[in-house]
Amino acid sequence: MRAPDTPLEQPLLELDNLRVNFHTPTGIVRAVRGLSFSLGRERLGIVGESGSGKSMTGRAILDLIPYPGEVLADRMVYRGQDLLTMDKRSRRKLRGRHISMVMQDPKYSLNPVHTVGEQIAEAYRVHHKASSREARERSLTMLEAVQIREPARVYELYPHEVSGGMGQRVMIAMMLIAEPDILIADEPTSALDVTVQLQVLKILDDLVTSRGMGLIFISHDLHLVKSFCDRVIVMYGGKAMETLAAGELEQAQHPYTRGLLGCLPDLDHPKATLATLNRDPAWLA
Amino acid sequence: MFGLLLVTFLIARVIPIDPVLAVVGDNARPDVYEKARLDLGLDKPLWQQFVIYIGKVFTGNLGTSVLTAQAVTEDIKRVFPATLELATLGTMIGVSLGIPLGVLAAVYQGRWPDQVARVIGLFGYSIPVFWLGLMGLLLFYAKLGWVGGPGRIGVAWQDFVTPVTGVLLIDAAMQGEWEAFWDGFSHLILPSAVLGLYSLAYVSRMTRSFMITELQQQYVIAARVKGMSEARVIWRHALRNAFVPLVTVIALSYAHLLEGSVLTETIFAWPGLGRYITNALLNADMNAVLGGTLVIGAVFIGVNLFSDILGRLVDPRTR
Repeated sequence: MRAPDTPLEQPLLELDNLRVNFHTPTGIVRAVRGLSFSLGRERLGIVGESGSGKSMTGRAILDLIPYPGEVLADRMVYRGQDLLTMDKRSRRKLRGRHISMVMQDPKYSLNPVHTVGEQIAEAYRVHHKASSREARERSLTMLEAVQIREPARVYELYPHEVSGGMGQRVMIAMMLIAEPDILIADEPTSALDVTVQLQVLKILDDLVTSRGMGLIFISHDLHLVKSFCDRVIVMYGGKAMETLAAGELEQAQHPYTRGLLGCLPDLDHPKATLATLNRDPAWLA
Repeated sequence: MFGLLLVTFLIARVIPIDPVLAVVGDNARPDVYEKARLDLGLDKPLWQQFVIYIGKVFTGNLGTSVLTAQAVTEDIKRVFPATLELATLGTMIGVSLGIPLGVLAAVYQGRWPDQVARVIGLFGYSIPVFWLGLMGLLLFYAKLGWVGGPGRIGVAWQDFVTPVTGVLLIDAAMQGEWEAFWDGFSHLILPSAVLGLYSLAYVSRMTRSFMITELQQQYVIAARVKGMSEARVIWRHALRNAFVPLVTVIALSYAHLLEGSVLTETIFAWPGLGRYITNALLNADMNAVLGGTLVIGAVFIGVNLFSDILGRLVDPRTR
């Protein structure tokens, strides 16, 4: 177990005072308001309720904040490369190849009119000069790596022909085929059945660990993050409330984290009423 | 198809136009009138007339046109290819320019390319065809001399090309009459462009709205995450999906043009289906009206069938 805030070796990603603003006709919406962290080859969890800015953080790292949003930061560095001064084209080349993302629901995040195999192979060929044959071989190997039993058959299937769990494994294969250093997993199991959630998480964990990647695991599931990650950032209203080692989550000091923990139902000690969250505007000051 | 037959037949028989008068003229003697009436089979009850008509249709006999004194099938064989040619080139123009324009408008939603596309669309919808056609003739034919004038082909090449398919350009190309081909093309391009502008307006607006929907989908973000270029994301991922509903839209607009555009055909003296039917209607030439309507119905059904098949090809979910 690593101590909080001190990842080993040189960090993969450093963020200082990240802000994401959307300029709308009715005023500026501040989705992320000053988030700082650094990521090593570890599993970093980001938890928070809907609208806390956790997904926007992931998108900002990938330079995928849609118009009219803007990303500001004092420092944003990937392995010594300054992301803030980098041009759009170079940022694009980083995507997939260096920093990648698995999204929530494979039903919507796979293109319905292309076979899953085409989509995996495409992710490889964007970054590597490879013949279609070679890309296909790679894709089949990758499908095996995410424990799909008949890769050659699945390669030819369309997204609507695969189950949710299989779809998410395809998604993982697609996002890891170019061998990125950082994977952002944005609620990767929220759309899946409970029974396949663990299976998909196990595959994700094995790949991330064996490849020595840094993982940013975005979730609203405290239990999951506690058992799956090394460190946890608790976000509220676009800000980090506190950062803890996953094992110390139960001993959290911040009233918001305590509140979140208090809301969780516990099968062993059922409560008649679940606590509701108290949100203090002073936290966002 | 049977329903269509019945309805058009009834309408043609019920309207208060005396088809006999159309044949014999206003000043005919009563015995001539009576003979013509019997010849046309109008003395029999309506249902019997209908049965006889159906029987004839199945043997490919749509009756004789009063106006041209030829079999209606022969007339249609002559006029439909002219309309087909016009509608096909018009649709090709509309689709090949309308799709890129719509994509551009969707990608730059709310910014100047979108505004430009909107204005072009508005023009295409709202400028009356007869005005546009006349102005086009005035400018490109009379002033600049870039294109041929009214009619399908210049007088010099009249009857140069033997009709085989009836589509002038195809016939000319098959017979190696390239000069006639280019002359025909120069006559065709302006009316097609006029029809094409309408098709372009429609296709580009629809493309824009389908593309906006597609560009908001999660798979578009996923494609960007993979590091794909924006051009690939737009054309290969988003447009490929937007194309699924677009197939229907294009097919419908094509079918619409295939009905024959009366105004365009009139202005350009184009011997097409729209003008044929209108002429027939104005002269109470009921066999021709019925035949023409039947062809339109068949074309509509055919194009819809084709678009269903095509839709199945482009959308794996419906296979």
